[in-house]
Amino acid sequence: MSDQLPAFIIIAPLLGAFLTPVIGWRYRHLCRPWALMILAVPLYAAGGALLQVIESGPFGYNLGGWAPPWGIEYRIDHLSGLMLVLIAAIGLLAAISAKPGITMDIRGKEANFYTLLLLQITGLLGIVITGDLFNIFVFLEISSLSGYGLIAHGEDGAPMATFNYIIIGTIGASFYLLGVGYLYMATGSLNIADLATILPNLYHSKVILVGFAFFTTGVAIKMGLFPLHTWMPDAYTTAPNPVSALIAPLMTKVAAYLMIRIMFTLFQPDFAISVVPVATILGWMSVVAIIVGGIKALAQTDIKRMVTYIMIAEVGYIVMGISVMNRPGLTGAILHIVNDACMIFCLFLIIGAISYKGHGREIYHFQNLNKKMPWTMAAFVITALSMCGIPPACGFFSKWYLILGTIAAKQWVFAITLLASSLINAILFFRIIEKAYLAPLDSGAHSHDHDHEEEIIARDEAPASLLIPILITTAIIIILGPFSGKIIDLVIQHAVPATF
Amino acid sequence: MGEVIYSAKPLWAVLVSMIAAFLILLTGEKARNLREGWTILAALIKFVIVFSLIEPVLAGKTIEYTLINLLPGVALQFRVDAFGLLFGVVAATLWIPTSFYSIGYVRTLNEHGQSRYFFSFAMCLSSAIGVAFAGNLLTLLIFYEILTIATWPLVIHHEDESAIMGGRKYLIYTLTAGCTLLLAIGITYSLAGTLDFTGGGFLAGHGTPGLLILLLVMFIAGFGVKAGIMPFHEWLPSAMVAPTPVSALLHAVAVVKAGVFGCVRVILFVFGPELLHQLGVWTILAGVVAFTVVVAGLLALGQDHLKRRLAFSTINNLALIILGVSLLSKNAMTGGILHIANHAFMKITLFFCAGAIYAKTHKDHVSQLDGLGRQMPFTFAAFTIAAMGLSGIPPVNGFISKWFLCLGAVETHQIIFLFVILTSAMLDVAFFFPIIYNGYFKKPLPDVAAKIDEAPMIMVIPLCLTALFSIVFGIMPNAFLNFFNIVRLAVTNVLGG
Repeated sequence: MSDQLPAFIIIAPLLGAFLTPVIGWRYRHLCRPWALMILAVPLYAAGGALLQVIESGPFGYNLGGWAPPWGIEYRIDHLSGLMLVLIAAIGLLAAISAKPGITMDIRGKEANFYTLLLLQITGLLGIVITGDLFNIFVFLEISSLSGYGLIAHGEDGAPMATFNYIIIGTIGASFYLLGVGYLYMATGSLNIADLATILPNLYHSKVILVGFAFFTTGVAIKMGLFPLHTWMPDAYTTAPNPVSALIAPLMTKVAAYLMIRIMFTLFQPDFAISVVPVATILGWMSVVAIIVGGIKALAQTDIKRMVTYIMIAEVGYIVMGISVMNRPGLTGAILHIVNDACMIFCLFLIIGAISYKGHGREIYHFQNLNKKMPWTMAAFVITALSMCGIPPACGFFSKWYLILGTIAAKQWVFAITLLASSLINAILFFRIIEKAYLAPLDSGAHSHDHDHEEEIIARDEAPASLLIPILITTAIIIILGPFSGKIIDLVIQHAVPATF
Repeated sequence: MGEVIYSAKPLWAVLVSMIAAFLILLTGEKARNLREGWTILAALIKFVIVFSLIEPVLAGKTIEYTLINLLPGVALQFRVDAFGLLFGVVAATLWIPTSFYSIGYVRTLNEHGQSRYFFSFAMCLSSAIGVAFAGNLLTLLIFYEILTIATWPLVIHHEDESAIMGGRKYLIYTLTAGCTLLLAIGITYSLAGTLDFTGGGFLAGHGTPGLLILLLVMFIAGFGVKAGIMPFHEWLPSAMVAPTPVSALLHAVAVVKAGVFGCVRVILFVFGPELLHQLGVWTILAGVVAFTVVVAGLLALGQDHLKRRLAFSTINNLALIILGVSLLSKNAMTGGILHIANHAFMKITLFFCAGAIYAKTHKDHVSQLDGLGRQMPFTFAAFTIAAMGLSGIPPVNGFISKWFLCLGAVETHQIIFLFVILTSAMLDVAFFFPIIYNGYFKKPLPDVAAKIDEAPMIMVIPLCLTALFSIVFGIMPNAFLNFFNIVRLAVTNVLGG
């Protein structure tokens, strides 16, 4: 059984997805327990796989018993093990927290939602687990197509945003596929481990260069790296809240994983430095992404849209960590994939909770929210502080490693960009915190009458199915911080190429 | 360095008020006495823990506790040495009177948001102790940043326009400083491969002189914001909109001293006197803070708002501490470090007095105090003692630190710094004594009561106690808490021998 663990990670949600509409046909209320039960399987299996990797190193699983490089190999190393646990955990929490959002936004479509959710998670897990380039494409399409379906359920403007996303997302996927094609043309292999041994002899072949270019561009579109981000704000803002909470943190992070995979496993790290100056280009793109994302976020008054722009900046963080091509930088990038996924997830859950309680998403709607939803707002403050890089929350630690990376690479502009970005985040979040926690200015400075006002505003907290995932994620955000050293020790340091 | 003891005591000293903070929040407004009970209990426990560390440290031991490893050579680590202990003892000791005083203050004025107030206060103390006991730069930065954030709710406490603007200004200054520090610490780590504080510094032999000077500038700018070094001082007078106990403990002891503490850590335990002599920058550094000393004193003369005047006096004294340390001679260092403790006792007394006057009469300007000494004799007596001390008049403790500062200035053969210290003392007289004069000798204003009518006892007793201790520490610097021995040991740790 435990030998077959990797297969369960994919098979369980895939089969579960196909059975969900059957169940939802007659018993719509059973969809949720069913999906939760199914999602517990990959979390358990991924946890087991990660432990096995930590204990005895990376291992492979030959799907159907076909040996690589001909068969499809599932390859679990430290990086993919970490990503699997991340995806499975956030997937499960997202499914738990989806109930209020579904009743509000997409009532009656539980079966659709949970089917697509399971497919989405299948796709994301598949991208991470498989060691086969073409198989990655298949899973990429599974996750993207289910993502389009989920996003299209959203508010006014969602169909248009989805259409936009489909066009650009398909271009991204096609670019990736072209990249696979070029590599296959030159080598005749699709297995990543196999390719990694063949490719170094062909580094100066034009075919490989073009393939690499298609890969990076395709992946950059999927992760919303500036200037290929244009689909992102609309898609994630208009999507139903549970959908944004699921897709927004995971899709970009899995694409970032893919970029690390291509640059450091499929190709040697040297390739992106000496053969083509991709690292430098990516680095400066990330600088622009961070600055533009931050400034655009400052211009938003809708908090959900603001968070999507912050995500563009956060993607910039990760790419910057990759682009400096050294150990602390890449460590920071991988750590930030984990941290940022948790933070963005938590923010979207909080936005979902606030919308569910009938409050608007504009900043001025946050007035007095701390009295109505004290727990949600406490979680918001902690997440916000983490986004600003205030210790002991996790955001500080990824920032610390990223800064070390930029210093080691002597890229001072990068370092200053990172710091400036955390100051922008401070402005972004403190203006909301001020609104939520402080009395309105126009009511005057009569600090002594406040006791009477406090009585009037009744507490109206989010339902438990939303609040508990929010609090769990917040706790994770705090715990991840001091324990980031542990995570790096056990997992991330093995995911960084030994040559660094 | 002598023997190392591994003990979780430093961790508990930090945790006790953090736990109390959450108990305060959970207890809330409904059970006020229980909530205040948590504050007092935590203050007492914290004091006992910190006090128990004095003896081993004076015996030449360091107390160490590692929470978790972060990087090769860097851990989340507490290490209590003499210098850290000094700051820890000062903060933990003064938290006790401030707790009682706070209770009196917020209840007399019927303040709103009292749970938030006591919660933030406890968090501040927790992180201040964390700063004091941090074993390396990264741990220090972590608690320093928590301190920044935990102070914000106190600054904006009144929630009116000036409070919110003061809060924004405070955040912009301190968060930018935090970012600067992060970068500086990153560079330090990439140069030296370690961040552990070492008496006499660990940066010698790494990097080019140009880079090291840049690094020093970044560090001093980063920590100097909280320490109010000019031109980064502007937030401090604005932050005086906070309730007075906040100004008392945080803007005289915990927060601003954390900035000073950081500066001193960097000067003595990261760079070290030898390296600074080699780089030849200590005169520039001393010049910059000497400028702050004099200008802050001059600016204080012009303030009619009592707390703003005290704020500029704080800036003046903080710069004096850093001046003493950056002179790098033995006596100047002793005086500077000792002044951390002495200034804390005196300045907290002054703020307590200002708060008592405000709570009783709602007066907060110097020009409104005419004749008030007759109505509030205890408050004004305490004020007089503390003001004398800050002006360097014996037998109050301020005299001792200033004496050592003067000796140290003479040792460096830079007579200009001696003049700076003496000018500063005269400026102290010039801006404090008009207040005393107004209070005692001017014709009372019509609203001054003819008989003694003090603020509540729970406020008056703490301020009398801190004034009393200022005198006790002036006569016996080693009484109770062994301040002088701790300072001596701290200086020996740096200079060796």
